[in-house]
Amino acid sequence: MARRVVIVGAGFHGCSAALRLSLQGYEVTVIDKAYAGRHASGVNAGGVRRLGRHPAEIPLAVAAWERWQCMTDIVGDDCGFRPVGQVKVAENDKDMAILADRERQVRDLGFHHEVLIGRDELHRRLPALADHCPGALACDGDGFANPYRTVTAWRREAERQGVRFREGIEITAIESKGNGWRLSGGGEHFDADLLVNCAGAWAGELCKWLGEPVPLTAEAPMLMITERLSPFLGTVVGATSRPLSFKQFENGTVLIGGGVRGDVDSVRHVAETRLDGLAENADTVVSLFPFMKEARIMRTWAGVEAVMKDHIPVIGLSSQHDNVIHAFGFSAHGYQLGPITGEIVADLAMEREPKLPITPFSIQRFQTPCPE
Amino acid sequence: MFKRLSPPEATNEAVVTFRFDEQTVTARPGDTVAAALLTSGISICRSTPVSNAPRAPYCMMGVCFECLVEVDGNPNVQACQAEVRDGMHVHTQQGARRLTS
Amino acid sequence: MITHDLVILGTGPAGMAAATTALEHGITPVVIDEQPAAGGQIYRALERTPVLDRRILGEDYWSGESLIKGLKDPQIDYRPASTVWQLTRQREIGLLHDDKAEMICARHIILATGAMERPMPIAGWTLPGVMTAGSGQILLKSAGAVPQAPVVLAGCGPLLLLLATQYLRAGVEIAAILDTTPRDRYRAALKHVPGALRNVSTLLKGVGLLRELRRAGVRHIRGVSALRAEGSGQLERVLWKQQGDDNWQTLETPTLLLHQGVIPNTQITRAVDCHHEWDEQQLAWRPRLDEWLGTDIPGIAVAGDGGGIVGAKAAAMQGQLAGLGAALALGKLTLENSTERAQPIRKALARDTAIRPFLDVLYRPAKQWRLPDDDTLACRCEEVTGGEIRRMADMGCRGPNQTKSFTRCGMGPCQGRMCGITVSELLADANQQSVEETGYYRLRPPFKPITLGQLAKAAEEG
Repeated sequence: MARRVVIVGAGFHGCSAALRLSLQGYEVTVIDKAYAGRHASGVNAGGVRRLGRHPAEIPLAVAAWERWQCMTDIVGDDCGFRPVGQVKVAENDKDMAILADRERQVRDLGFHHEVLIGRDELHRRLPALADHCPGALACDGDGFANPYRTVTAWRREAERQGVRFREGIEITAIESKGNGWRLSGGGEHFDADLLVNCAGAWAGELCKWLGEPVPLTAEAPMLMITERLSPFLGTVVGATSRPLSFKQFENGTVLIGGGVRGDVDSVRHVAETRLDGLAENADTVVSLFPFMKEARIMRTWAGVEAVMKDHIPVIGLSSQHDNVIHAFGFSAHGYQLGPITGEIVADLAMEREPKLPITPFSIQRFQTPCPE
Repeated sequence: MFKRLSPPEATNEAVVTFRFDEQTVTARPGDTVAAALLTSGISICRSTPVSNAPRAPYCMMGVCFECLVEVDGNPNVQACQAEVRDGMHVHTQQGARRLTS
Repeated sequence: MITHDLVILGTGPAGMAAATTALEHGITPVVIDEQPAAGGQIYRALERTPVLDRRILGEDYWSGESLIKGLKDPQIDYRPASTVWQLTRQREIGLLHDDKAEMICARHIILATGAMERPMPIAGWTLPGVMTAGSGQILLKSAGAVPQAPVVLAGCGPLLLLLATQYLRAGVEIAAILDTTPRDRYRAALKHVPGALRNVSTLLKGVGLLRELRRAGVRHIRGVSALRAEGSGQLERVLWKQQGDDNWQTLETPTLLLHQGVIPNTQITRAVDCHHEWDEQQLAWRPRLDEWLGTDIPGIAVAGDGGGIVGAKAAAMQGQLAGLGAALALGKLTLENSTERAQPIRKALARDTAIRPFLDVLYRPAKQWRLPDDDTLACRCEEVTGGEIRRMADMGCRGPNQTKSFTRCGMGPCQGRMCGITVSELLADANQQSVEETGYYRLRPPFKPITLGQLAKAAEEG
């Protein structure tokens, strides 16, 4: 049986896999070219959201949500999780129809966490919202958490279970060695019986080396945060036909994001913010909360994230090697799923049938030509 | 607490007057709000949103953001960067700012 | 978006000299400055200072007149009271003027954003009544304002002594100068005196200041090793210890002015992510610059104290060099021509900066002035103490971007300006690693807070 595991990527999913595998007795090393939580895992908008998930992701999101309820039991820290609820606001009747369809679709799949609410209920929940919004889709129990704190909590718990973290090492070569793998980087070699690819935006490179290329692009979701404002917003707010995620933290600052993209500088390994996208975001916010026009932006930033062509992740065994597991490409909505990734990876490592349906996330979906 | 080597009223120059909270402040044209406050016996311009601690101008060059005040309803204005204007209304800023919806 | 040949940020000596040099070579620059009047901090309010007795501020101050006159050439597009809130690596610049946001573009940019005072995080440094020596000088220059009651000046460095003599000449009562220069520094600096003699006039000026203070009988307490500010709600007293004495001494005062030298203001060079180095001699970050003062980003140069502390005269010389560099980059001068013109400037620059090693060693701030105690605030905005940062290091935070998420240190209105260098040094110390390895905050636009409304508008017009 495989004993030595090397995980490439110390993001949330890498840390989650590390923790679960070490709890099963594996000898785990996590290698990261920068440090744990440097990119998307540590700097995302922190949304803990079942609302609006791709149908294939709903079972995973629902299971992950249960883990978020008992984060302290798992990693000794609540990771800043606040179940303040999330709503996706309709800006017009057309949006409202889209949301009604969505509610039906989710019910038909057997889930009941997304509920359509009308104008009165919406404005009761969000007194500061502009009058023209006719309703929303609400998901009670969703909320937000603190991304970097989350990655750190998982990493520390993994370390307590014996996982080794090697930061600042960029893997530059992978070769098969005996029944396993030899990874090289930073003048060192790392031997593994099992390789786990949690490399996020850099996972595509590994796939290429492993002979199973995937259509992955590195993108840079942007965020901006305001000065501290007096409390006016409890719930996390999204829009229906425009990218938006809008939330106020307990300290009063308001975080604005939700999918507008900056640029990825692949040479410097950094994400750059773009003015036009941020301005589009600003515009959306001001149309929903007109008084926000006067709110000052303190900082903007962007994180590098792996986005798949079909916007759902790759989770599963390699199609080419029986000692490689992939978990990457969460397409800018993987944070909430972090707690469940490790459990799935551990099931796969132990050759057990995963408790959750992961067929839609197979890497093979990119290998059989599918009709457009 | 600061004083002027030659008070604006003592010279023949025109003076600027504005309100700070309930007080009338006289200044020299071209003064920053922070300089005008400090030379008028006003030593505290805001309280912090974290602990409500009193703060006053510190660097006078736009770096420290300690001198934030409300000017004509506009919060978070750096008093050391804003020039005085006749008739302006300056207020102390208490804790986090409130935007009116 | 309008594209200009050359945009210069800042109107201190470096920015003004760069502008006139560029103009001499057929470039009509745009000069942006946050202040309403030209001069930077060193020549601040020169054209309208109420302090008309020229003896008070001294001839070095008034020597800025010719530079300001040069800047006022009608061919120079000088834009005062304009704030830069964004700069991209493609040299797009976001401006704020009269609350309106605007974007312009430049083929070449010279950042002459100068220095700021090194934070001196002592107990009580956030109390109203505690300010910096630089702020005292700004108040004097721009408003003719001086402390009402006997003032305490504490720290070290040329600016502190200069301010003391200016106060003296203006008839301000100085309760005491609490000099934090460690006693063994004088001996350590001695070996740099021969080099410093190349700039003998500056050296003599320093000696002259000390003599003037001594003659006036100003209480000058040397070897101060500990300092705290106390008071309820505002400063009431200053307490200190002297080297070799365990007792606290006290002075009642409503005004304490702190100074621990100046450091480059790297907020903008950081935000465009120029390569920065930790200068162990000056204990500060500075952008890495080439012979024309260019950063590692094509078309972006840094002149003056923003690229490493050199002082006002040398800053103006660097401004000239950067101006020549701009003329070279924009094809107004050949390499041969610009090199030839640069040669005498480089020589004068070397002579003027020969005093730096002496000053850097003599006034190198000791550790206790750079690393706050566990109970002292490192981050004034978010009220984060030195102890909290050390605890974050114990938790595994290697750099300032990691502590940020836990403590909000550096996330307040000053955007990390006041705590950045302190946090880098605290973490380096706690983790037993170099400051270089520890790194600095990753900064992003806006450099100054901008409203959502202004942002939306700027993009529309860009």
